[in-house]
Amino acid sequence: MFQHDRLSSEITLFQKIKNLDYILLISITLLSVLSVFVMYSTDGGEILFHTKNHFVKLAVFFPLMIFVAFFNIKFWHNFSYIIYFIVILLLIYVSFFGIKSSGSKRWMDLYLFVLQPSELMKIAIIMCLAKYFHRIKIENVNSFTSITIVLSIIIIPIIFVISQPDLGTSILIAVSGLIILWLGGMKIKYFIYSFITFLISLPFIISFLKPYQKLRILTFLDPDRDPLGAGYQIIQSKIAIGSGGLNGKGFLKGTQSYLDFLPEKHTDFIFTLFSEEFGFIGSVGLLILYSIIIFRIIRIGAISRSNFARLFCFGYAFAIFIYIVVNLSMVLGLLPIVGSPLPIMSYGGSSMLATMIGFGIVLSAKINHKQMIA
Amino acid sequence: MIKFNSGIRKTDVINRRMFIIGAAKVVIFFGIVARLFSFQINENKKYLTLSDKNRIREWKLPPTRGNIVDYFGNIIAGNLKVYQLHIIPEQVENFNYLLVRLKNLLNLSDKRIARINKLRLELKPWDSIIVSENLSWSQFVKINNYLYDLVGVKPVMTISRNYPFNDVYTHVLGYVSQPNEQEILENETIQERFVPGMKIGKLGLEKRLENHLIGTNAIQRYEVNAYGKRINQLEHQKGKQGSKIRLTVDTEIQKACGELLNEKAGSISVMDIYTGDIIAMYSSPSYNPNLFLFGISQDEWQLIRNNPLKPLINKTLSGLYSPGSTIKPIVALSALENKVIDTKFKVKCTGKMELYGQTFHCWKEKGHGWVSLKNAMKQSCDTYFYEVARLLGVDRLKITAEKFGLGKKVLGDYFDNEKKGLFPNTKWKKNNLGKGWVLGETLITGIGQGYTQTTPLQLCMMTAQIANGGFAVKPKIIVDSNPISYEDAKQSMESGLLFDTDSAELLDKKLFKNQRNIKIVQEAMFASTNERFGTSYKSRIDDPKYQFAGKTGTAQVKRISKRERELDLELEQIPYKDRDHALYVAYGPYINPRYALSIIVEHGGSGSKAAAPIAKKLFKLIIDRHDLRNKQSNFERITV
Repeated sequence: MFQHDRLSSEITLFQKIKNLDYILLISITLLSVLSVFVMYSTDGGEILFHTKNHFVKLAVFFPLMIFVAFFNIKFWHNFSYIIYFIVILLLIYVSFFGIKSSGSKRWMDLYLFVLQPSELMKIAIIMCLAKYFHRIKIENVNSFTSITIVLSIIIIPIIFVISQPDLGTSILIAVSGLIILWLGGMKIKYFIYSFITFLISLPFIISFLKPYQKLRILTFLDPDRDPLGAGYQIIQSKIAIGSGGLNGKGFLKGTQSYLDFLPEKHTDFIFTLFSEEFGFIGSVGLLILYSIIIFRIIRIGAISRSNFARLFCFGYAFAIFIYIVVNLSMVLGLLPIVGSPLPIMSYGGSSMLATMIGFGIVLSAKINHKQMIA
Repeated sequence: MIKFNSGIRKTDVINRRMFIIGAAKVVIFFGIVARLFSFQINENKKYLTLSDKNRIREWKLPPTRGNIVDYFGNIIAGNLKVYQLHIIPEQVENFNYLLVRLKNLLNLSDKRIARINKLRLELKPWDSIIVSENLSWSQFVKINNYLYDLVGVKPVMTISRNYPFNDVYTHVLGYVSQPNEQEILENETIQERFVPGMKIGKLGLEKRLENHLIGTNAIQRYEVNAYGKRINQLEHQKGKQGSKIRLTVDTEIQKACGELLNEKAGSISVMDIYTGDIIAMYSSPSYNPNLFLFGISQDEWQLIRNNPLKPLINKTLSGLYSPGSTIKPIVALSALENKVIDTKFKVKCTGKMELYGQTFHCWKEKGHGWVSLKNAMKQSCDTYFYEVARLLGVDRLKITAEKFGLGKKVLGDYFDNEKKGLFPNTKWKKNNLGKGWVLGETLITGIGQGYTQTTPLQLCMMTAQIANGGFAVKPKIIVDSNPISYEDAKQSMESGLLFDTDSAELLDKKLFKNQRNIKIVQEAMFASTNERFGTSYKSRIDDPKYQFAGKTGTAQVKRISKRERELDLELEQIPYKDRDHALYVAYGPYINPRYALSIIVEHGGSGSKAAAPIAKKLFKLIIDRHDLRNKQSNFERITV
C-alpha cells in the first residue's frame, strides 16, 4: 500500500499528461467550442460583448482546469475543508459587501471579473462532504453526531445563499450535498422520511416564499395566465424550441432569439436558442455530449481507489446532471423558472469557473486514480 | 485491516447507490428527450405558427381609389403622387435643431411644431411622424437640397386624391377627407380597409359610391422584433385600385356652366331627353374640393362657410325654388289633357284678376288683351293661367305635375342631399297645414308661386319629358352596364315604349293621353323663344341647327307690396335678398330635339333678362358636342 502510494505521488508530468481522460477532455473541448458558436448567435451573428467575454473566460478557465488536474487528488482531499471554509467566508463577505443587482446581492467585484461565491459553493460542498464521508467509518455514518455535522455543512451555506436571495443556486447546493449523503451510506429511510416531511410542510414553505417566487410557481402551473408578463419567458421559450423542429432553423437563423423574443438568451435560456437553431437532432446531440461527460466522470469515480475521489466524481457527475436537468426542465416548462445555468454553455464566469475546477479535480482523480488516501 | 474492510464496504455502498441514481438519470434524460420530441416533432407545426405570428406583422397601406371619368373618359377625380415629409425619431441626432431647420424651410407654424413634439412622445422611436402631408414641388426640392443636414428626415412619395377640374364637379363628386369614428363604424368596407391616413368620400358620389371606389389595401409583411420594430420586409402584396366609374357628364359643358354662372348663385342642369343622361349639373358658386384633402385651414373654411352665395349647398338638388312661369307648360298641358281648354280658348287679360275681393296681378300692368294658349305662353300672361288653373283645379294639375316628375326625387338615392320638392293639392294642405284649400291658392299655383317647390333638376327633367314627346325618362349620372345609344333610346321612345335598363324590358312610359297636346305645348314654348314678343325672344338663335324652345320664369321670393308694385323698382335698387329668382327651362334643337336644360339664377331678377341669355350661350356648345357624344356612346362599358 505504501508502495502504491509512493508510486502514484512520483508520477511524472509526462505520465500525468498521458493519464488524462481524453474522451472527457475532447467532450469538454467540443462543448466549449459549441458554446462560443452559440454565444456568437446570441449576439446576432456578430462578435460582440458576450462572445468575446465568453471566449476569454474559456481561454482562461480551460487551462485552469488542466492546472487543477495536475495537482494530486490527495492535495484536493487535504484542502477540501479549507476550501469549503474559504467559500463560506466569501459568502459572508458577499452578504455584507456584495454587489447588488436586480434585487439580489450575490456578487463580489474582483476587478478582473465579478465572482459569484455561491457558484463555487456547488463544488466546495461536494469536496467537503466527500472528504467527510471518506474519513468517517461506515458504522458511524448514521450516528446522531455525524448527521448533525453533515446537515450543518449543507445548511450553513444554504442560509447565506437563500438570503441573497437565490433560490435556484441554494436548491442546487442542497441537492449536491444530499447526493453525497446518499452515496455515503445514509439510511434510505431518512431520505424517505424527510421527503414525506418536505411534502407535508410544502404549503408552509410556500407561504414563506416571496411574492415573486410564488408567482413563478403559479406561472409554471399555468403560463397562459399572464402571457405578456410572468408567463412570457416560458411561452416564448416553448415557441422557440417547438418551432425548431427536427433540423432546426439553422445556425444564426433562430427568429425567436434574433428578434429578441427570447429572454435571458445568453444565460439560463441558452438551450432554447440552441434548440431553435439546431432542432431535435441538435438538442439530442447536445444531451448525448453531456451524457458522455457524465458517464466519463462516473467511470473515473468507479476506477478511483480512494473513496474521496469516488465520492467526488459520483457527486459531481450527479451535480452536472442535476444542473442540466433543472435547466432543461425549466426551459421546457417542466419546472418553475429558477435561475440555473447550463454548464459551460451559459454565459457566466463564476459558473464556468466552478464547473472547470470540478472537471479539473475529476481529471486529477483520473491521473491519480491509483492514489490511496489514508 | 478493519479500516481496509470498512473501506471496501464503503466502496460497495457507494457503488450500489451510484447504480441506483445512475438508472434514475437515464430515465430522467429520456423524459427530457421525450419532452423535446413532443415539442419539436409532434407539435412543431403549432409552434412554427406561433413563431411566425410572433415575428411577422402585416401593415396595410391606404387603398388607391378608383378614378371617376366623364363621358369622354377624362379623369375628373383621379389620384396624384404627393410628396410627404416624414421624421423617423430614432434616426434623428438633434431633434430640436432639426425642427428649427424644418420650421424655416417649410414655414411650419408653432402649432404644428408643438404637435410634432407631442407625437414624438406618443409614438415609438421608429414610427415615422408626418411633418407635412403635401409638400409643394419647390418645398420638396428644397428639402432634398438640404437633406445632408436633415438627419432622420425622409421624403416620401404617396398617392392622394386629386380633382383636376377643381371646383367644376364639387357638387357632383363631393370630396374625400379623413373619416371620423362614426363613419368608420357605419360602413363595414371602410372599417375593414381603414388605415390611418386613408381618406373616404364625404359627400356626393364619392360618398355614395364609396364601396366601389375604395379599392383594396396593399399589404406589406414585415419581420418585427419583440418590441415591434420592423426588421425587414418579407413581402409586398399589391392592392387593387377601386373601380373606375364613368359618368354621363360632359366636362366642357360643365365647365361652361361654371363660367356662365360666375359670381352668381344658381344652378344649371342639362339632360339628354331620350337617355336621361345628365350632361351637366352645376351649382354655383362652387368650391375647390382639393382644399379638403389635407385638412382645410380654418380661414379657408370660414371663407366658404360664410359666403353669402352659399357654396356649400348643392342648389341643383337641394335648392328649392318656386318654379314661377316655368310651370306654365305643365299647367297648359294638364288643362289640354283634361279637355278644360283647347287651342282656341281665349282669356282677356286686363293686367289683373279679381277673385273674392282679392286682386291677382299679371306681370304686365297694362294687360295682354285677349290671349290664346300660344300667346299666353309666349308672353307668359299670368291672367290666362289664373283662369286656366281656376278651371282645371289644383288636384288635376298635381296629377300631371307628378307624372312629369315634380315632387319626386330625380336621381333616387344617389345623393343624400337631394330634395323631393313639393307640389300641393287640397289633400296635402289639409293633412299638413290643417286648413282647407282656397281657390286663390289654385290661381297662384297656376303661375308657379305659392306652395310649389321644385329643384332645378326636376324642372330640367320636366322639360326633357315635354321635349321628347311626353315620355318618361330615367335620369342618370352614371353610365350603366348596358349603355343605350341615343338612337336606340329615341327609337324605343317614339314607338311609345321605354327601354328600362334595370329590368332590360320595354316599358310603356307614355305620360300623355293625346300626343297632340304635347305638340301644342311644344309649339307654345317655341313661340315664347322664337316669335316676336316672346319673353325670351332676345335670346333666340335663328340657325335651325341650334334653335331652341323655352320658357322663362321669375319666381318671387317675397310678396310684392302695393307700394313696390307702384314704384316698379329697377333690379339694382332692390336689396339682393329680395330680388326675384330668374329661371329658364328650354330644349333644343327645336326640330329633332335632343337636350333639355334648366337654369336658375338666384335673385337674378327676371327670367328673360338673367336666365334666358345663358341658355343661348350654352345651347351652341351643347349642340356642337352632340356628334362627339354620339360617337362616344360605345366608348367603354364600365360596370358599377
